[in-house]
Amino acid sequence: MLIDTSTIGLIQVEEDTKILPPNVIITTFDKIVNWSRLSSIWPTTFGLACCAIEMMAVGAAHYDFDRFGIIFRGSPRQSDCLIVAGTVTKKMAPVVRRVYDQIPEPRYVVAMGSCACTGGIFRTYNTVQGCGSFLPVDVYVPGCPPRPETLLEGMMLLQEKIRKEQARWSPWR
Amino acid sequence: MAIVLRKVLSYEKGLEPPEIVERIKEKFPEEVIEVTESKDRISVTVKSGRIIDICRYLHDDPFLLFDHLQDLTAVDYLKKKEPRFEVIYNLYSIRYRNKIRLKAQVPEENPRIRSAVPLWAGANWHERECFDMFGIVFKGHPDLRRILLPEDWEGHPLRKDYPLKGPEPENDWPGYIEVLNKAKELKEFEWEG
Repeated sequence: MLIDTSTIGLIQVEEDTKILPPNVIITTFDKIVNWSRLSSIWPTTFGLACCAIEMMAVGAAHYDFDRFGIIFRGSPRQSDCLIVAGTVTKKMAPVVRRVYDQIPEPRYVVAMGSCACTGGIFRTYNTVQGCGSFLPVDVYVPGCPPRPETLLEGMMLLQEKIRKEQARWSPWR
Repeated sequence: MAIVLRKVLSYEKGLEPPEIVERIKEKFPEEVIEVTESKDRISVTVKSGRIIDICRYLHDDPFLLFDHLQDLTAVDYLKKKEPRFEVIYNLYSIRYRNKIRLKAQVPEENPRIRSAVPLWAGANWHERECFDMFGIVFKGHPDLRRILLPEDWEGHPLRKDYPLKGPEPENDWPGYIEVLNKAKELKEFEWEG
């Protein structure tokens, strides 16, 4: 049965979202899925170097990741996001890749700090020159280490990125 | 209580560092090459042949009692000194509060020296690190494997003739090449928005 929406008093509140007072909301599936994903990014508890200390500071009470729904999980199998916090050595690279491979789709990678972005000051025999060489990085957060605000900004950029995704829930993707 | 405190605060006066050097010279006249004084302690450069005897003497002699190995490391003097390597022992006597440094010369063509693990168990990992970074083989070490780098790594990176930026990408460590290949292989399954 088709309903003629022009006659029942739908109110458009924003693009693609209409409400029928008091409690019916009509919107796209993309919007719902993306909204729920970006509101509960759960990163893996995984630190490599000094950036991890800064990441912990952001997770703690003062900067408070929890208000974005970002809660660190102890297992990659329960996570959506990998924050590569610190210098990636060649010996560690297989481990980082393995942690990433264990995260179920949809998954995101944030490269935190100069070392994870480009290798930083360590142009040496044992340092990977940017974890982008073996991971698909979504957001690069610069800094040595980044200020907590910078990491927060990076996670908010990731949220914006998730907000723009289309049909990532679809089996035909 | 007061007696105990006095006992803790007072320590037995041992030999002065120059006297210790004299004793080493007296006991091992063939071995000592050079004595130099640096900021915190006197350094005695010795041959590596009887290094374990010298160490045992310093460790066991009741007037020396160097029972604490503060550090064990090595230096590569490529094109600056002959022989090329020096293994360095920083020793401390907890009883007499004396410090001394031993430098044992190790040649490039046969970089071998006796292990100090029987005397100081703490030398174990230090010697493994020296082996890892400089390729100096410690004879009699209970477990001489690489400690920091992967076991199938080629070369010893703290040698001066090792390239700072590491090997060329195609001769890189196999484990890393494997990760890069795996990442390339799995790229088609990644989401592209």
